[in-house]
Amino acid sequence: MSDTRGQILGAIRKSLRREAPSPQMQAEIQARLADPPRGPVPARGQLEPRARLELFVAMAKEAACTIVRVADVATVPSAVADYLARENLPAKLRVAPDPAVADLPWSTRPLLEVSTGRSDGSDEVSLTPALAGIAETGTLMLTSGPERPTTLNFLPETHIVMLTAEQVVGGMEEAWDRLRERYGRGVMPRTVNLVTGPSRSADIEQTLQMGAHGPRRLHIILVDGEATAEP
Amino acid sequence: MSERPARVGLFVTCLVDLFRPTVGFAAVKLLEEAGCTVEVPRAQTCCGQPAYNSGDRADAKAIAARVIAAFEPYDYVVAPSGSCAGMIREHYPTLLADDPAMQKRAQTLAARTYELVSFLTDVRGMSGVTARFDGTITYHDSCSGLRELGVKQQPRKLLATVAGLRLAELPGAEICCGFGGTFCIKYPAISDKIVSEKTADIAATGATTLLAGDLGCLLNMAGKLKREGRPIAVRHVAEVLAGMTDIAPIGESKAE
Amino acid sequence: MQHASSRRFKENARRALDDAQLQRALGHVKKNFVERRAAAAARLPEFEALRDRARDIKNHVLENLDVYLERFEAKVVANGGQVHWCADAEAARQTILRICRSVNAKLVTRGKTMIGEEIALNDFLEANAITPIETDLGEYIIQLRHEPPSHLIAPAIHVNKEQVAETFRAAHTDLDPKRPLTEPPALLAEARAKLRSRFLAADVGITGANFLVAETGSSIIVTNEGNGDLTQTLPKIHIVLASLEKVVPTLEDAATILRVLARSATGQEMSVYTTVSTGPRRADDLDGPEQYHVVLLDNGRSRMLGSEFREALRCIRCGACLNHCPIYHAVGGHAYGWVYSGPIGAVLTPSLIGVEEAGHLPNASTFCGRCESVCPMRIPLPKMMRHWREREFERHLSPPAARWALRLWAFAAKRPALYRLGASIAARLLKLRGGQSGRIASLPLAGGWTAHRDMPAPEGRSFQQLWAERSRP
Repeated sequence: MSDTRGQILGAIRKSLRREAPSPQMQAEIQARLADPPRGPVPARGQLEPRARLELFVAMAKEAACTIVRVADVATVPSAVADYLARENLPAKLRVAPDPAVADLPWSTRPLLEVSTGRSDGSDEVSLTPALAGIAETGTLMLTSGPERPTTLNFLPETHIVMLTAEQVVGGMEEAWDRLRERYGRGVMPRTVNLVTGPSRSADIEQTLQMGAHGPRRLHIILVDGEATAEP
Repeated sequence: MSERPARVGLFVTCLVDLFRPTVGFAAVKLLEEAGCTVEVPRAQTCCGQPAYNSGDRADAKAIAARVIAAFEPYDYVVAPSGSCAGMIREHYPTLLADDPAMQKRAQTLAARTYELVSFLTDVRGMSGVTARFDGTITYHDSCSGLRELGVKQQPRKLLATVAGLRLAELPGAEICCGFGGTFCIKYPAISDKIVSEKTADIAATGATTLLAGDLGCLLNMAGKLKREGRPIAVRHVAEVLAGMTDIAPIGESKAE
Repeated sequence: MQHASSRRFKENARRALDDAQLQRALGHVKKNFVERRAAAAARLPEFEALRDRARDIKNHVLENLDVYLERFEAKVVANGGQVHWCADAEAARQTILRICRSVNAKLVTRGKTMIGEEIALNDFLEANAITPIETDLGEYIIQLRHEPPSHLIAPAIHVNKEQVAETFRAAHTDLDPKRPLTEPPALLAEARAKLRSRFLAADVGITGANFLVAETGSSIIVTNEGNGDLTQTLPKIHIVLASLEKVVPTLEDAATILRVLARSATGQEMSVYTTVSTGPRRADDLDGPEQYHVVLLDNGRSRMLGSEFREALRCIRCGACLNHCPIYHAVGGHAYGWVYSGPIGAVLTPSLIGVEEAGHLPNASTFCGRCESVCPMRIPLPKMMRHWREREFERHLSPPAARWALRLWAFAAKRPALYRLGASIAARLLKLRGGQSGRIASLPLAGGWTAHRDMPAPEGRSFQQLWAERSRP
């Protein structure tokens, strides 16, 4: 296979009318990769924290998420139980093993049947944490790991995400910064999911429908230090 | 309005020359109203688009060289056509890129070349006309004028000053009419489909007259409207702005 | 190479024009996609600046494509993945087959990728006793119907819901034949259930890539359904099938281009799922593939890089050019006869399958320029279609009658006196032919025109004639 590799690289260089790149070129490219320049970041993605949070909520709703705000993480189990009851869903969910969600005070809602692990397709509801929320587009950044199996984001029909106000950033570039802070430069988890609303398709006669293959419902529980009763 | 004298070389265009000289005379009248002296270089024939768009670069270059030679003595080159003005302004410099001396002359000429209506408003500062035209018109934005030269507001601005005229905007005014030079001959069925949608849109405006700034588009749309038996008159916008609408509309005769 | 019928563009177009069902679907394209893209662009003040930046990023990549591909490969390998360099379609097919056979794969799920169509992957896998299942809903529908895609991002746009129901009934024979299937929700529910079992059973998942990120050795896919994610997460092996020019330097560069991608394609601010995948599952992950392979396909790209068609390599497959093209609106995607349709198809297809085969495509354009005006990457599509016409002219590929007419015209245009004479004669003759009505219903040599429309008659004298008279004292 290295034959073909050489051939293709050779063909590229021939088209570019040069030999292998000079050390200077290599250094410039290396510098660009090590310290990535940003393109224009929309003004919308550069708001102050309060406005940023409100924008996140508005954009997430526009993308057909439902979103509820709670004062602190201790009330998340209640928020989950209330949501399931409201949506007429069974009081049963699959939770990511991540301590941020697995170690919530589930005992405060003892009728909720909670298990942790990946999904095998038989779960109706899942709950995962997020790494960040991107206000510009109402997008959630979810990262895979031993405690955050990707299947929880896609197989259940209802996906609930816990997000804190501190995690909300303005634009995607800042989200990449959060990722790099968390994992270290140049280190990636297997999967980073940027999720904007529930799964949908308009492939059947241009009729928009939710729940094409991924979740039909995406519910966000936003922990923002102030309770606003927003169903 | 600018009162600086300006010597304009009128680029008549092959279609105006052959089909509708009145448009040329309307252009002259408007240019003179705008304080220009107008000459018509006799050596002009065509801007070279047919050759250029058919891939015949050699002939396109030869024709371009002649156009440059014929028109470079003038302060401005003005054409009652977005596509011909666009050809000179946007394409001649690239066409002649492998001959630096020619390219320089092309660039100089390009910078002085304009479509008629936008020349009147943007260069001569014309803000209105004294013409009268009773009726509701609709306006088609020809593609080259629109996308290569930014001709959009200028005809509407001047038409708004024509006494008695009402403008009904054409939905899809910016959608191609299906002419495309040789396209309508090479792919007639597809061209017909496109122009049929255009004439349906035109009819739906309720206007009794269709205007545009390019005779190719106008011949195409008029031909289709007549074949469909739709009672909509078709004219070049210059005719209306110059108050020269005695002549029968495109594709009609005085007898009708 | 996927079989092409581009030579028969005119016949294909004729059929398309007569297809009432297709014409209805195309009416929706003309309206909806156009309006939504316009709304999305209007809503973002930085949109034009982002287009400029996106173009500049891709130009920078293309100028340094060898370096970025090497960096990308090094990162993929460092993360436990493998990169396979494939010169052409056959090499890519064989590589994929080898990987599938290494795990005795029987079932392969497919995320949407035009490269898969380009190399005719599905037919090849089936011929080798491996079952490929398209999981994008539109691709699934056309796979069942044995049709090629008719749009870059909405492949089943030409199929109505009755046809989908008919297709499902014929294919899903294990379900109750009397089940109601008239409404879209029922159709979607059925497709979801059917494909869910396939997702879970698949041995190998093949996706495309919207981007390959050199900084991290990642592939990025963009979907609304989530099918690409289930394709790449559940099976043992994840294969990414991508062409060379998909690489971008950094995650920031991807962010910039992502801002113009969904807006240009569907008018969405962001597609539902933008997923960045890097290597196989990590040691303690609870799910994810055990192997990650990137099949890097050249298939003409390295040659295009050195040609006057290089700028077409900036394409991010958003479909905006199709959505705004009057010819695409008239005839739809199948008429183009191969994988890529619309203006990008007109430029790319001759490059990939030869201009002898695809010569019609760059000619079937009015050069209205709307494609270029909406392309997020600012690709000068009409200019490149003109280059193809120049190549055809040089090689005498245009029909002789057209060449002769053009030669005649050019001959006269270079001789003003002769031209003026010809114009005055023609003006007179055509005026006479127009008679009382002022128009001509039929004209020899102009059958293409007069078959569908009248030819307005000239005034009768040429402008040059009249001007000369006016100027005489």
